Amino acid sequence: MPRSPFQRLLAVVGTIAVLTILGFLVLPAIVVMLAAFNGKAILSFPPETWSWRWFAKALAYDDFRAGFRNGLIVTAWASSIALVVGAAFAFALDRYQFRLKHALETILLSPLVVPHFTVGLGFLILAAQVGWARSFTVVVACHVILVLPFVLRSVYVSLRNLDQRLELAAASLGAPPYRVLITVTLPLLLPGLVSGWLFAAILSFNEFTASLFVTAQRTQTLPVAMYNYVREYADPSMAAVSVMYIVATATLLTFANAYLGLGKVLNVEQGR
Amino acid sequence: MLSRVAEQSAGRTAEAAPLAEAGNVAVRLDGVSRSFGEITALRKACLDIRRGELMTLLGPSGCGKTTLLNLVAGFLMPDTGEIVIDGERVNQLPTYRREIGMMFQSYALFPHMTVAANVGYGLRMRGVANAEIARRVADTLALVKLTGSEERRPRQLSGGQQQRVALARALVIRPKVLLLDEPFSALDRNLRASMQIEVKEIQRKLGVTAILVTHDQSEALSLSDRMAVMSEGGIRQVGTPDEIYRRPNDRFVAAFVGDASVIPARLDHVSEMTSTVVVGAARVCVPTRLLEGLAPNALVDLFVRPEQLAVADEAQPVAVEGIVVAQVYQGGHVDIHIDAAGAAPARLLIRLPGHQAMMRWSVGSRIGVAITTAEAVAFPRQAR
Repeated sequence: MPRSPFQRLLAVVGTIAVLTILGFLVLPAIVVMLAAFNGKAILSFPPETWSWRWFAKALAYDDFRAGFRNGLIVTAWASSIALVVGAAFAFALDRYQFRLKHALETILLSPLVVPHFTVGLGFLILAAQVGWARSFTVVVACHVILVLPFVLRSVYVSLRNLDQRLELAAASLGAPPYRVLITVTLPLLLPGLVSGWLFAAILSFNEFTASLFVTAQRTQTLPVAMYNYVREYADPSMAAVSVMYIVATATLLTFANAYLGLGKVLNVEQGR
Repeated sequence: MLSRVAEQSAGRTAEAAPLAEAGNVAVRLDGVSRSFGEITALRKACLDIRRGELMTLLGPSGCGKTTLLNLVAGFLMPDTGEIVIDGERVNQLPTYRREIGMMFQSYALFPHMTVAANVGYGLRMRGVANAEIARRVADTLALVKLTGSEERRPRQLSGGQQQRVALARALVIRPKVLLLDEPFSALDRNLRASMQIEVKEIQRKLGVTAILVTHDQSEALSLSDRMAVMSEGGIRQVGTPDEIYRRPNDRFVAAFVGDASVIPARLDHVSEMTSTVVVGAARVCVPTRLLEGLAPNALVDLFVRPEQLAVADEAQPVAVEGIVVAQVYQGGHVDIHIDAAGAAPARLLIRLPGHQAMMRWSVGSRIGVAITTAEAVAFPRQAR
């Protein structure tokens, strides 16, 4: 098809604009990744000499190791609890009509608009009152609140996309309600449940603002440990941890994609 | 013939249904009503479905036919009335204990299961042994001509194949009644016709009682042993397709089932069973009971089927005159649309065999319309 010079110009400008935006999106990650391999003990860009030593240092650093372990504990508990609670609420919102339904929905999604430091501060005050300020319980509880809206959304969208006639069909074939749930509803919701959990886990593991308030030295998670580190030192081991973060998350998503399909994980519904 | 029609109309109320027949009734609805908020979806419906018959519920959308089906399935509970399946009152019985087989409009196949697992689902829920399940699944898949597709997934199948799986899944449990919810509406025209014949054949072969919901009147006429015509939450008439087509009980049934031309006419002679109406130079006999006690010379609306009309030749009395506005050639037959302004409010439809007439009456020519039947139906004139 013959194209006018104007159309060609538009195509070139458009391509440049898209590439610029994409470059801008990945720029911070690229800068940090390169900085992690700096041979010198400064966070500079671009590096002049190259080395793996900051990875070794980061892996050996006790606070990072403890933060990683704490992070895993908090993440596992918080996203699992949020999954169960969020799925239950999603079911209630999708399947039942009741008074104050809209209010419930608003409250459940409110952590999206309340700043994280507010949630963190609130939990800090409460925890200090009951003497739990140094426990994991308060960190987990705080994270559950923060990730709940995401799990709720994910499961709710899956439920919406679930054809309820499948459940009716199962009932017509003689399946009592609990068997409908086990054999039809849950298997079909699995991608939504897994993606909700995964989303919650990534958010929880990366959460910093609220965690800063509710963690103690004994319970600090990796982002908090990194923050404490960067206040005192400015060597590239921070960047090395960041690279490991990126690699771990990417690996997790790749596996999820391989087993569940990215479309399903992201809740993109294929046409029936 | 007329007495049979009268009996049919009396049969609409449950009180009149003879109890001796009870053993022959697979599903009975007795005064069943159901409302959704302000809207009454089904009003005091009474219907007996006999063992082994295919009963069609026909009506426009919103007439209550799907509500009725869902009540039999147990997806809805009735506000009042009784639903009896196989002699057992099932009002409080949940769907999964009703022993029904349902085929959904969307097929509702389980996407995460293979064809064999879909078909075997109902048997697994009943705790049937694995070997027995495998045998019955294979038999039923053979019945619907899907042998060899056991390990495929629903999304790998065509629409027609998915429908066969849905049918097999509903039949394999040997249901007391097979419920078919607009099963053919998602299929394209050619496939639809062949699936209709096949489903009917299988239903007859197995002798399973079936209730089919459709808004497609030709589907209802061609598949049903008997059909119930519904509108606005009520059952208007129950009968064989032929009774419904030739002896409609009211205006709605006459207009909704099959094509009909409405011709204003004058009541001439009234007797106990049969009355005569006059339209132009033509005279037609109509059943008296539908005239609601009108006296001679009253104005009526005569309902005539397209094959009961013809272009008048010299020997035939002309009922109305009109202008040919369209000829629609359909291969086997040709539809001639007539504008008889003044004589009839809407266009008339004449259906002639295809070999007649393509060229004989061109669009725009003025013709006389003759009525070729001695029997039709008429109803009191409706105010417009």
